[in-house]
Amino acid sequence: MGRFEYAPAPESRAIVDIKSSYGLFINGAFTEATDGKPFKTVSPASEEVLAEVSEAGPADVDKAVRAARRAYEKVWGPMAGRDRAKYLYRIARLIQERSRELAVLESLDNGKPIRESRDVDLPLVAAHFFYYAGWADKLEYAGAGVDPRPLGVAAQVIPWNFPLMMLAWKIAPALAAGNTVILKPAETTPLTALAFAEICQQADLPPGVVNIITGAGRTGQALVEHEGVDKVAFTGSTAVGRAIAKSVAGTDKKVTLELGGKAANIVFEDAPIDQTIEGIVNGIFFNQGHVCCAGSRLLVQESVYDEVLARLKRRMGTLRVGDPLDKNTDIGAINSADQLARIRELSQVGEDEGSERWSPECELPTQGFWFPPTVFTGVSQAHRIAREEIFGPVLSVLTFRTPAEAVEKANNTPFGLSAGVWTEKGSRILWMANQLRAGVVWANTFNRFDPTSPFGGYKESGYGREGGRHGLEAYLAH
Amino acid sequence: MVWRPTLPTDSTRLDVRKTYKLYIGGAFPRSESGRSYVVSNAKGKFLANASQASRKDARDAVVAARKAFGGWSTRTAYNRGQVLYRIAEVMEGRHEQFSSEVAASEGLSISKARAAVDASIDRWVWYAGWADKLAQVVGSSNPVAGPYFDFSLPEATGVVAVLAPQDSSLLGLTSVIAPAIVSGNTVVAVTSFERPLPAVTLGEVMATSDVPGGVVNLLTGSASEIGPWLASHLDVNAIDLAGILDPEEATALEAASADNLKRVRRPVQEDWTESPGLSRLTQYLELKTVWHPIGL
Repeated sequence: MGRFEYAPAPESRAIVDIKSSYGLFINGAFTEATDGKPFKTVSPASEEVLAEVSEAGPADVDKAVRAARRAYEKVWGPMAGRDRAKYLYRIARLIQERSRELAVLESLDNGKPIRESRDVDLPLVAAHFFYYAGWADKLEYAGAGVDPRPLGVAAQVIPWNFPLMMLAWKIAPALAAGNTVILKPAETTPLTALAFAEICQQADLPPGVVNIITGAGRTGQALVEHEGVDKVAFTGSTAVGRAIAKSVAGTDKKVTLELGGKAANIVFEDAPIDQTIEGIVNGIFFNQGHVCCAGSRLLVQESVYDEVLARLKRRMGTLRVGDPLDKNTDIGAINSADQLARIRELSQVGEDEGSERWSPECELPTQGFWFPPTVFTGVSQAHRIAREEIFGPVLSVLTFRTPAEAVEKANNTPFGLSAGVWTEKGSRILWMANQLRAGVVWANTFNRFDPTSPFGGYKESGYGREGGRHGLEAYLAH
Repeated sequence: MVWRPTLPTDSTRLDVRKTYKLYIGGAFPRSESGRSYVVSNAKGKFLANASQASRKDARDAVVAARKAFGGWSTRTAYNRGQVLYRIAEVMEGRHEQFSSEVAASEGLSISKARAAVDASIDRWVWYAGWADKLAQVVGSSNPVAGPYFDFSLPEATGVVAVLAPQDSSLLGLTSVIAPAIVSGNTVVAVTSFERPLPAVTLGEVMATSDVPGGVVNLLTGSASEIGPWLASHLDVNAIDLAGILDPEEATALEAASADNLKRVRRPVQEDWTESPGLSRLTQYLELKTVWHPIGL
């Protein structure tokens, strides 16, 4: 099949002004790290060094926690909810004003297509602050008792897949509830969090209410284990989540964990086929598959297997992989060399264990970290690619005959974050939604997010919810 | 004092004593380990030999609880509410038996023991009423910015391990089991070690109150011995450490629970006579959000 070629349509980088180096944002100002070494953040699409960033050591972590404590006790805790709300509204507006700049910066540092950072991430980031701003002076109506209290100082550690969106999911509810925060962005994607620090300055947010410290796992560990922390919120791998759950044992720290997933996306024979194919593609190839709730296990009813696979492959052939800043790009760069190595390793395991691998022909850039959209067929439930989170654009396809078998297979995982159901039959949708052991069920859609909609996992996908009234409760004593 | 029937009896008649056993999967087995231990009253006088549950008993109980989960959690909320209310009804009929066991176990006067039994029965009634109100109170309809119908519902977490309070043998036990099962969870509870007799009698109530076998499993024995096996059990979804008094032990159990990300309820000083609130009940709930497009 012939197709139109696209001319390059790159979004301009001129809108962002990246400094050559960044300090830590503690107590309202950028400061030099006292006991850590600087590290570099690169564009995964080109391996170009974007900036040098400071690693926060234990002394820096301590400084940040003290600043947050002081701000909590003296300023933010006692402040009227009405005024906390106004600060959050200001932040929401500043994000909207600088939305394009932040989208470009996100795509540069993370590798995600500008179409996604511009049309999904940034609108959701602003919406999240706008939503929780309105809660700040209505906490007594949030369902956490008549006299809800903030927890205090929150340590927040976020991943690299949706850097600014995860920041918003963490900071907005924490601040609305009256907590102060120390947030550590992932080491490969610190730049939008540092830009957010500037936004806090522009909003005249009191010093110490938001502190941004950069670094890798060691910094995160020092932060969540710090004695001055009252609340730990983490999004990332189940392995790290488990370590955090162990480390807080015996303390009074409250914890929410949003961890890995291996979502089943279940296609029944009566599913609306065109929407379903788009949903499958969106489910696994959105954000390069770097999505904890990605629909990475496709369960197709046997009677429509051939048709679904043929159409899916045809659609995959039209996906454009390449420059994240190009407005026509569907799939950007893999976030890091480490992540690329993991995707390659698990894909090799998929082949070695006997599954059949297929990718459309596509030219990958020579510089940077790239992986083509990939589908595995002939996958059994025992295969590692059906059990482990790959966190990349790799789909494992299994089949089923009856709804009961679909449920059995879908729930046969230690994870329980999300699931998808595709069918035209309403009663079956609701029956499936009841049966699936997952925190989010998308029926005839996939990968939808909204600040009003609680998100979080069952089982080893973690505990606690983000979004909605329930996301607020995670930051209130009750 | 051993409980005796209150029916008028010939004073020369030798009473029939009760064998106190475990309650697993709706049956009353002895411990597979063959062990038992002496239970004394508050003054040290022999009351009974209780079965001393083992690791194997705990695992059998988890299997029974898992098996019961599917059926119990998918019953209608109305039905679960009626079953919990039925527990209260049947307890009422055994009021004297519970009172004398609580009095003997906790060293209370009979009037104080009766008050504890009253409170326990009333607590079952209170929780029974929650079954069909929870979803409205803790669920939500979510006004997302797009053409989607979006709602969030609470669901039971799964199998909940309960290390029951050591002091309050019936009211404490009731206060940790009822909030777990009312929403559809199933429970494996390790009872008070020194005061297990009211728990065994509660098991007999469960067996005759339309509570399906396996929904509540009661192990008499040592929480320190069995707790670590439940905390590290990969088919247990949540654990309540109420009965663990030693902070180091509680820390170790919480750390072991992290292996499969159990929802952990840390032990705190609790006054079981106070109104319980919703925090224990909501701790064993998962929230499920469902999206569907709206369109023609």
